[in-house]
Amino acid sequence: MTITEPYKNPSEQFHAVGEDIVDLKAPSGPIEKRWDDRKFNAKLVNPANRRKLSVLVVGTGLAGASAAATLGEAGYHVRSFCYQDSPRRAHSIAAQGGINAAKNYRNDGDSIYRLFYDTVKGGDFRARESNVYRLAQVSVNIIDQCVAQGVPFAREYGGLLDNRSFGGVQVSRTFYARGQTGQQLLIGAYQALERQIAAGTVEMNTRHEMLELIMVPDANGVERARGIIVRDMVTGEIETHTADAVVLASGGYGNVFFLSTNAMGCNTTATWRAHRKGAYFANPCYTQIHPTCIPVSGDYQSKLTLMSESLRNDGRIWVPAKLGDDRVASQIPEDERDYYLERIYPAFGNLVPRDIASRAAKYQCDAGKGVGPGGLGVYLDFADAIERLGRPAVEAKYGNLFDMYAQITGEDPYSEPMRIYPAVHYTMGGLWVDYDLQSNLTGLFVAGEANFSEHGANRLGASALMQGLADGYFVLPYTLANYLADGPYEKVADDHPAVLEAKAAVENRISTLLSINGTRTVDSYHKELGQIMWDYCGMERTEEGLTKAIGMIRDLKTDFWANVKVTGVNEELNQTLERAGRVADFFELGELMCIDALNRRESCGGHFRAESQTEDGEALRHDDEFAYVSAWEFGDKQPTLHKEPLEYEYVEMKSRSYK
Amino acid sequence: MNITVRVWRQKNADDKGKMVTYGVENVSEHMSFLEMLDVLNEQLTLSGDDPIAFDHDCREGICGACGVVINGQAHGPQTTTTCQLHMRSFEDGAVIDIEPWRAGAFPVVKDLVVDRSAFDRIIQAGGFISAPTGSAPEANNLPVPKEDADHAFESATCIGCGACVAACPNGSGMLFTAAKITHLGLLPQGQPERDSRVIGMIEQHDHEGFGGCTNIGECTASCPKGIPLDTISRLNRDLLGALAKGKA
Repeated sequence: MTITEPYKNPSEQFHAVGEDIVDLKAPSGPIEKRWDDRKFNAKLVNPANRRKLSVLVVGTGLAGASAAATLGEAGYHVRSFCYQDSPRRAHSIAAQGGINAAKNYRNDGDSIYRLFYDTVKGGDFRARESNVYRLAQVSVNIIDQCVAQGVPFAREYGGLLDNRSFGGVQVSRTFYARGQTGQQLLIGAYQALERQIAAGTVEMNTRHEMLELIMVPDANGVERARGIIVRDMVTGEIETHTADAVVLASGGYGNVFFLSTNAMGCNTTATWRAHRKGAYFANPCYTQIHPTCIPVSGDYQSKLTLMSESLRNDGRIWVPAKLGDDRVASQIPEDERDYYLERIYPAFGNLVPRDIASRAAKYQCDAGKGVGPGGLGVYLDFADAIERLGRPAVEAKYGNLFDMYAQITGEDPYSEPMRIYPAVHYTMGGLWVDYDLQSNLTGLFVAGEANFSEHGANRLGASALMQGLADGYFVLPYTLANYLADGPYEKVADDHPAVLEAKAAVENRISTLLSINGTRTVDSYHKELGQIMWDYCGMERTEEGLTKAIGMIRDLKTDFWANVKVTGVNEELNQTLERAGRVADFFELGELMCIDALNRRESCGGHFRAESQTEDGEALRHDDEFAYVSAWEFGDKQPTLHKEPLEYEYVEMKSRSYK
Repeated sequence: MNITVRVWRQKNADDKGKMVTYGVENVSEHMSFLEMLDVLNEQLTLSGDDPIAFDHDCREGICGACGVVINGQAHGPQTTTTCQLHMRSFEDGAVIDIEPWRAGAFPVVKDLVVDRSAFDRIIQAGGFISAPTGSAPEANNLPVPKEDADHAFESATCIGCGACVAACPNGSGMLFTAAKITHLGLLPQGQPERDSRVIGMIEQHDHEGFGGCTNIGECTASCPKGIPLDTISRLNRDLLGALAKGKA
């Protein structure tokens, strides 16, 4: 007689499984009334009492700057922090395409409900309906607010706002400011923030990096987020800041891959430190990989540059049909080219969604058909478009992108096709939050890309800016006020044991990093980690690869703590030390991403498991088993998985097809 | 290619600072200028020297963090940000001088890093439209002529890098200030605070120790975003108008 063991997911060798988690703030009732009800039921704070209440806001991107400005204006005492030399430089500034809003200015059938529907479906049914509906609702207020601030959106000749269509939806709901929408929105939020700094309601700390979260029990023994430890990046001073609540708006973690479209300084340290203090990290494996980036040109490469995917409207993607064909593109005759997207996906051709286009390029390069340095690129060819429309028309439409390409590569894309390759672009995962954007740690709120957000397993184009500003301008001001209404909390003394412990942890870590004095640079570790993540936790993931990656990351991390070389001292501007601390946290996050990806034995959105695909090679979800948010609890030995089941009352769960 | 760089090294704000020469070998023409500095810094780190500190972040020409003076020119030989400058702009064997922005209002923090917080304080002095969150009217209630919106947008593309100040023989921050005056002054939303804005921002500009503008035009010539000189004319006109109304 054989005894069958109960089925276990192979990922469970690396983690425990805990109780399910529920969003205690999840609203009910008709979906269109839920946010109104929440706002009505939220506690208010008398204006005279607000100045007695203090908030720390980490990060000054769209979410952080808009939250700090709005809370400061409301009368709370706000302290804001950023690692850059000015809040205006946060990486929201680099967003190109636009911002969605359900204004229906085109009279083309758009509505709040349609934006909600598109976002839930685009997220591959891994986001909460209530949160997404709220996002669609406040989207219209965002546009009004930004216009009032003087954000120069594109306009029609009649003086009214222009729109364009974006990424696989059938309505035109994207507002834009040429290819610099993120810049213009961020400057708007930055100016609102600077106005509050001048008014004295916000105290700004630039070149300050958060290195620890401070949790303090209140009189009833409830642990609350009450402060942060930051390092003054110019003097090295380790400072303590305490307040009644903490907001993290510190962005995404795409730089775990080293090469990404993120800014060089983007990091996970603020969120990871909070995670280590007990905040759950949700869906870390959901990463978005953008198909049209300029390929890597050498091992010195420091970052990847995105080019708008609008290029796929007129460009045709191909590789040489014959293996080892190293002729220049223009010398390869038409019948020796493989327009593989047009061949495999005749209905959508070059316009298949981001994840499909990215994966298809990877398969061609894996098969040895890639072009350019290292064989990591495919052609994006405008020869047909130039012949059909004429060069002036192509210039008018894409001139700035062609110029950017020529500037970076030194090649002329009008005469030879561009080379493109996918790159990490956005991370949908982040700290777990409830409907109020509060993490499972009382008093710790998380906004923008830093939370696990409303994008489910995949974010639609032009939705990141919308979510950042929704959180900062229109959600946190209500939900945070509801929390603060029970304050102010007893002041935390600078010599409180929790403060001293957090401060000592930071100081010890810094002195350890400085004392190793090994033989390898921080960047060399970061690059190696990035390569592991890209190879095994990138566009396609397998059980075997992920298991291997976890071992490799652990070995590399051990080596890092024994062999890294960090020059200089703490008491100065020390960019090597800054990077070392960030990379140390990326190791731990990278491991958790692999564990999360290993656990999720399905393909959905930005997560593709090779074992879970249809006969045609398309992503195959397993809603029966995986329709949940993975919320990970930190553990010294191993993490614990808590599942938040997802239910769909309004949008029917379906699978996608682009053939 | 192999090159030689002469870099400004200054330990901190109090240090006197000096130029130090380094050789960099096997530089690829496809490297960006900052990637060349990364390679040099890896060399310096491995030999136990302090790597060169420089500001940088997005490396795609939009955040405005990077910026050094290369062979006497702010951001180097092309009108791009330093991060968008590539080594193919230099010859094999080139000797390249690299210095921080030089301006009284931008004190050196370390090596090539300067303190540009004076720009933030100019914005605090009026570079905004007071629009409390939640108070905005429906966006399309206020049509803006396309020409004005486009012109405002062009001025709003300023990235606050400070090249204009570094290029100006007077160390003036007038192009930066004028770009904001123009962006907001061209829009109907910006009218109510137009006078107080220009007066406040100019007062702060002068208070920060920036020099006066003598219409030389080096600022525009070195601006990676091509902010035009006529923004300064507009600033002057707004300032005169405000002063004439006795708003100072």
